[in-house]
Amino acid sequence: MDLHKKSAHELHDLLVRKEIKAAEITDNYLKCIEKAQLAINAYTTVLAEKAKEQAVAVDEKIAQGEKIGFLAGIPGAIKDNICTLGIKTTCSSKILADFVPPYDASVVKKLKDASAVFLGKTNLDEFAMGGSTETSAFGTTHNPWNTNYVPGGSSGGSAAAVAAGMAAWSLGSDTGGSIRQPASYCGVVGLKPTYGRVSRYGLIAYASSLDQIGPLTRDVEDSAHLLNIIAGHDAMDSTCASEAVPDYTKSLVEDVKGLKIGLPAEYFVDGMDEDVKAAIDKAVSDYRSLGAEIVDISLPHTKYAIASYYLIACAEAATNLSRYDGVSYGARVEGDDIISMMTNTRTQKFGAEVKRRIMIGNYALSEGYYDAYYLKALKVRRLIKEDYDKAFEKVDVILAPVAPTPAYEIGSIISDPLQMYLQDICTVPLNLAGLPAISLRCGTSKGGLPIGMQLIGKAFDEPTIIKAAYTYEQGKDFYKEVAEVSK
Amino acid sequence: MKLTEKDVDNVAVLSRLSIPQEEKAKYMKQIDDFLEYGDVLQQVDTQGVEPMAHILPLKNVFRPDEVKPSLDRKLALSNAPEQEDGYFVVPQIIE
Repeated sequence: MDLHKKSAHELHDLLVRKEIKAAEITDNYLKCIEKAQLAINAYTTVLAEKAKEQAVAVDEKIAQGEKIGFLAGIPGAIKDNICTLGIKTTCSSKILADFVPPYDASVVKKLKDASAVFLGKTNLDEFAMGGSTETSAFGTTHNPWNTNYVPGGSSGGSAAAVAAGMAAWSLGSDTGGSIRQPASYCGVVGLKPTYGRVSRYGLIAYASSLDQIGPLTRDVEDSAHLLNIIAGHDAMDSTCASEAVPDYTKSLVEDVKGLKIGLPAEYFVDGMDEDVKAAIDKAVSDYRSLGAEIVDISLPHTKYAIASYYLIACAEAATNLSRYDGVSYGARVEGDDIISMMTNTRTQKFGAEVKRRIMIGNYALSEGYYDAYYLKALKVRRLIKEDYDKAFEKVDVILAPVAPTPAYEIGSIISDPLQMYLQDICTVPLNLAGLPAISLRCGTSKGGLPIGMQLIGKAFDEPTIIKAAYTYEQGKDFYKEVAEVSK
Repeated sequence: MKLTEKDVDNVAVLSRLSIPQEEKAKYMKQIDDFLEYGDVLQQVDTQGVEPMAHILPLKNVFRPDEVKPSLDRKLALSNAPEQEDGYFVVPQIIE
């Protein structure tokens, strides 16, 4: 029945109609993982036995006539920077290689309450610092559409798992594009919710004022269902918003008539790949034929977003990662005294990109440079947010590319960090402004790689971007494709 | 070049990292490239602009002061590299 090609809502319908058992679905996914893991390296940990037990428990509920929720018995994967009680959570770093969290992240608790099946933990750039999953201490993840190419990052494992039929859904985290960009490179749907919409409790911190957890799925419908489950206030995260959570599945209607879609000139950068440009142009004309109104807009401070983002993110990272000192958890490398123990631990257990960002952050925060770098970046952050505020007076959503190019070859730019950072021009600005965005496939490059677009919404206006994305997707079928991978 | 080797040494100390001599030039260049690029921010007129550290209009977030169970001590220590009698053990700090 090709179960691994089905969306979560299709699998849910099969379960409800008792045409299949949850255990069969999970077994099928575990087989796909076994077949593709060597070539893709999407997972850091596979939880075969636990997943089977969870699936059987759902089958028992169904047998007893219990009504099951949307995600019950549907197998998915969790990015390995989200804490799972009793299950190793490595952040793809040597410093947390043996870390077994003594608690569940709030999102994991919610998914457990929904009787979801956990297939495993997915690979990422170390501490979510990167856009290609190449900085993982446990080997890079490969793009399922062409294994010589990066899957994007940092949620590369989560995106590749869904794209290759190794999970029906997954969770990622997005600090500067880490859900949307790998979703785009792998041809799946990635949703970065409004900052504060989803609890960060148990998400291992990279840059706390920017980090947000969100779903990666086969289609927009699954994305709305997943957001329903994970959104909402949480007393364990004081930055988690108390705004009421609407039923996002109510937005799964085809209607963009009169919707004002803004096109920001600054996102169509010089050197943008021709195939990306063509795919976005086509999406724009599709929206126009569906009845949307296209409006040219300007977000003039976009060109300062990368500098502002990296200074803020690195400063927050330098502070957040100071907790890895070899004392209370994580690896320890002995030394002659406490300072050398801490220094040896961090020097031997952090990878190069993490070290670079910690040093940039500490430099930007240090005496004599604080005003020129960190404080200046915070002021520019406000100007970037005000650009969006002004634009949203005129439009309902903003449509933009997710990245200037499709996925690139593994190893091609990793040695030039600044070049890597510059790839983030279309994704980082809205993290600075805390806005929600959904990334979905809108084309294919000549080389056969997926191309995505993103729809950016007003704060807490996920319903509008979900509706716009859903409407677009109904007229297409390429999102139904699953990459067939075998070793 | 904005950075000197001494700057790299200083920031490494602040970061509790030790950068071996043979890697210093590489880090110096990479961090310097970024800082040079970061100078683009100096073109922006930010006179009178309030810095924005956080996107939500949150000030203090209060909750009732109630005693509730917290993480069990054994669990809290379960990942400690070294522990003794319910405490974390670190190398000697005071002579």
